[in-house]
Amino acid sequence: MNDLRDRFTGRLEDRRFLTGTGRYVDDITLPHQAHMALVLSPYAHAVLRGIDTAEAEAMPGVLAVLTGADVLADGLGPVPPFFMPKMWGGPEGYATLRPILCTDRVRCVGDRVAIVIAETRDQARLAAEMVAVDYDPLPVVTSARAALEGDGVPLWEDNPTGNLSCSLEMGDKAATAAAFAAADVTLHRHFLTPRLAPASLEPRGCIGHYDAGEDRYTLHTSSQDPHGFRAVIARNVLKCAESRIRVISPDVGGGFGLKAHMHPEDALVLWASRRTGRPVKWIATRSEAMMTDTQGRGQEIEAEIALNRDGKVLAVRATAWTNMGAYFWGTATPPFYFAMQLIPNVYDLGAVDLTNHAVFTNIAPMSVYRGAGRPEATFVMERLMDEAAAAIGMDPVELRLKNVIAPEAMPFKTATGMVYDSGEFANMIRKARAAADWAGFPARAEASRAKGLLRGRSLISYIEVAGVMNERMELRFEPDGTLTILAGTHSHGQGHATVFTELVADWLSIPAESIRYVQGDTDRILVGRGTFAARSSMLGGSALLRAKDALIERAKEMAAVVLQAEIADIDFEQGMLKVRGSNKALSLIEAAKLFYLPAGPANLLGIGLTGAGTAAGKPGAAPNYPNGCMVCEVEVNPKTGALTIERFVAFDDVGRILNATLCEGQIHGGIAQGLGQALLEAMTYDEDGQLTSGSFMDYCMPRAEHMPAVDSYLLEVPCATNPLQVKGVGESGAIGTPAALVNAVMDAIRPLGVTSIDMPVTQARLWQTLRDAEAGV
Amino acid sequence: MRDIVLNVNGKTRHARIEERTLLVSLLRDTLGLTGTHVGCDTSQCGACVVSIEGETVKSCSVLAATLPDGTAISTIESLATSDALHPMQQAFSECHALQCGYCTPGLVITAIDIVRKNPEGLTPDLIRKELKGNICRCTGYLNIIQAIMRGAAAMGVPTLAAEGEAQ
Ligand code: FES
Ligand code: FES
Repeated sequence: MNDLRDRFTGRLEDRRFLTGTGRYVDDITLPHQAHMALVLSPYAHAVLRGIDTAEAEAMPGVLAVLTGADVLADGLGPVPPFFMPKMWGGPEGYATLRPILCTDRVRCVGDRVAIVIAETRDQARLAAEMVAVDYDPLPVVTSARAALEGDGVPLWEDNPTGNLSCSLEMGDKAATAAAFAAADVTLHRHFLTPRLAPASLEPRGCIGHYDAGEDRYTLHTSSQDPHGFRAVIARNVLKCAESRIRVISPDVGGGFGLKAHMHPEDALVLWASRRTGRPVKWIATRSEAMMTDTQGRGQEIEAEIALNRDGKVLAVRATAWTNMGAYFWGTATPPFYFAMQLIPNVYDLGAVDLTNHAVFTNIAPMSVYRGAGRPEATFVMERLMDEAAAAIGMDPVELRLKNVIAPEAMPFKTATGMVYDSGEFANMIRKARAAADWAGFPARAEASRAKGLLRGRSLISYIEVAGVMNERMELRFEPDGTLTILAGTHSHGQGHATVFTELVADWLSIPAESIRYVQGDTDRILVGRGTFAARSSMLGGSALLRAKDALIERAKEMAAVVLQAEIADIDFEQGMLKVRGSNKALSLIEAAKLFYLPAGPANLLGIGLTGAGTAAGKPGAAPNYPNGCMVCEVEVNPKTGALTIERFVAFDDVGRILNATLCEGQIHGGIAQGLGQALLEAMTYDEDGQLTSGSFMDYCMPRAEHMPAVDSYLLEVPCATNPLQVKGVGESGAIGTPAALVNAVMDAIRPLGVTSIDMPVTQARLWQTLRDAEAGV
Repeated sequence: MRDIVLNVNGKTRHARIEERTLLVSLLRDTLGLTGTHVGCDTSQCGACVVSIEGETVKSCSVLAATLPDGTAISTIESLATSDALHPMQQAFSECHALQCGYCTPGLVITAIDIVRKNPEGLTPDLIRKELKGNICRCTGYLNIIQAIMRGAAAMGVPTLAAEGEAQ
């Protein structure tokens, strides 16, 4: 399908969102619904001595107060990580087992200690405040490096490696050491990527309903992956068959990775419903969300680059400490992995020697957040490139051009074992450089200088790996000749209802109005992996293509009977099943209807016209590699530290474009989140492990005023690893933006002697950095 | 408990509420108007914006019991007719100014108010400033700004594209 930008008229799902008729979890009220409130640990690390629930139980409206002891008594199991690095060929590592309510110890602020179920939300919350918990505080550690190097109390006493879960190593130590010894220039930098809150605008929430008559559970939850939630809750917590749980994820108000894995509340509401005989709803307040949600990022890294004076990069060496928080939770493995594996970026680096330590600390658990390790990797490599360019006095764009992988080298295996299938990195860099008028910079810098301002610029490249796991899609004609798409993927803003419907309408030549899109219900969808890591265009799309092929094959059987021809002689063209070399034809929709008649050929062929298809990605099969280039120009006021973004150009290779408008929407959103990371956002804890960014007053996210104008260009370099030739797009903008912004800031202030600045580059930090530079600190 | 009478989306609605009931809870939980959303608990996000007597207000920061009887409130549910979207809703759709849709009701109400407050014309920078009370975590705002420009034009308010704006 071609570029739809010019004929974009809106998405099929827009109407319900625009008219207030969307159905998010909190919009659903089940009959006789009760409410759950949480009792959360106010301590970052403590022994749980005892819990007194008597006073809470006596409060008005209270139906039950449940604690970790009840969890154990009812035989509910703890939750391990969704998977560990070992599954991707990494080290074994220590996997935590997290109970859905703590029993003897709390390990971070916001650890779940007890729940209260009451008639109303307010009654539940009031009673939760009356639960008396006796804590015995333990020493707290919040920094990964300190947790490893200090002598504090280990979080997990049965972990033989103290606070280290595992260390991931990649590359070739000897070759890297040799390259460093031989290089003309080596340089070292220290980078910090703070923890970030995914902060989907719809907070997490769920409703559990246990049907005693059927002995079956229904969970309405705000999820990116309903089948994954079901598997974990069934297997680990309730220890029942997956088919005894139905998970429904209706409209979801943003995910960004936060909702890619279950949180304890998803299991708690089901259990609470079984205990009380009532449907039980829980919706996080924003402060609860800030405290209890998984966070993204959280990495400290010492990184070195070795290169020759002519600009040839010889090697990169780095040691990172990833702050896992109190638990190895959810899908923490991908960011831990990708933060190393994508460090080579689009460059042909001679050798790398990379180590990443996964370390437990007394803060909230880390998991995926848009980009998941890729922004960290890009940041390290692109910051090093700019520092290296400055060190050897070379134009940073020329330095990149000298080291990028050439299209002729594809498929190219990187020093960390990724195999890129396609990409025109140099071409993209040149195009971006031209689009941003790189050559005109000196004049603009001069004009800024005349105003007393510093101007800086950057050009960065990024690459992403997209398309993890496998996927299944199904197409089903209904008896009336309309078609249903049963999607294993899950849209929570991406517009799948539109994109997948457009694809199918185009392939089958049937009107979009007669296609219905269904997702997010484990009773209606056989299996699915949901949506995260920019996986759905490739895996959902390819699976859908195969479902279409299977459906057509089946339809041909009907055409052969009706048109009295051989199946092999039937072709499908523009909605018609035609006998080759004749004018005999049957429309697909007519064929579909015949499959549902109580008599006729359906008796011979069996009832129903459906087709299912699957597709696979990493690990085991090839993923895709979206990539791009960004140019950013900033102005800094040296007196106040105020920063303005004067120019932002983004080139993105998304493979074949399915819908340009939706792609650009994803890129804009990613850039905004990348800008948040670079300039505004940080989840922070004090030395006692208290969250100091626990509300939207303290955690600053981009608003319209922060967003610069963006010149976005899509470049179509067909992907070689999937039949649609598509690449992912969901994370693209978030990956490169932090590096682009910080490099531009550094370019502006490096002449003052600054060698490094940490994210977020707030006005206060920039001001302080400038003052320190003045003072020669 | 208190009995109140409000005019919500043109209809008289009676409700018995507690003194501490927030307007947003009244709308969502008592009246079933779930198009108004809750995104925060500190009046930062604007997901809950409704119009009270023609003024846009964050309904999470209003105690319903303080509203005089007969107060007119309009929510996102009041804008479209059965066959047509409001021009601003239409513009949001055409400009792809919504992704997950959670912020959208508050933004559309705010957008219409921005147009009404600025009859002399809108620029992207003015819109940026006017949107200071709304958070959208999905779209990056650029398409929202475009949509408000387009919606304003459809509502008869002139727009002036600033130089260097997003294409
Ligand atoms: S819910 Fe009212 S401003 Fe966030
Ligand atoms: S569209 Fe998701 S928060 Fe705005």
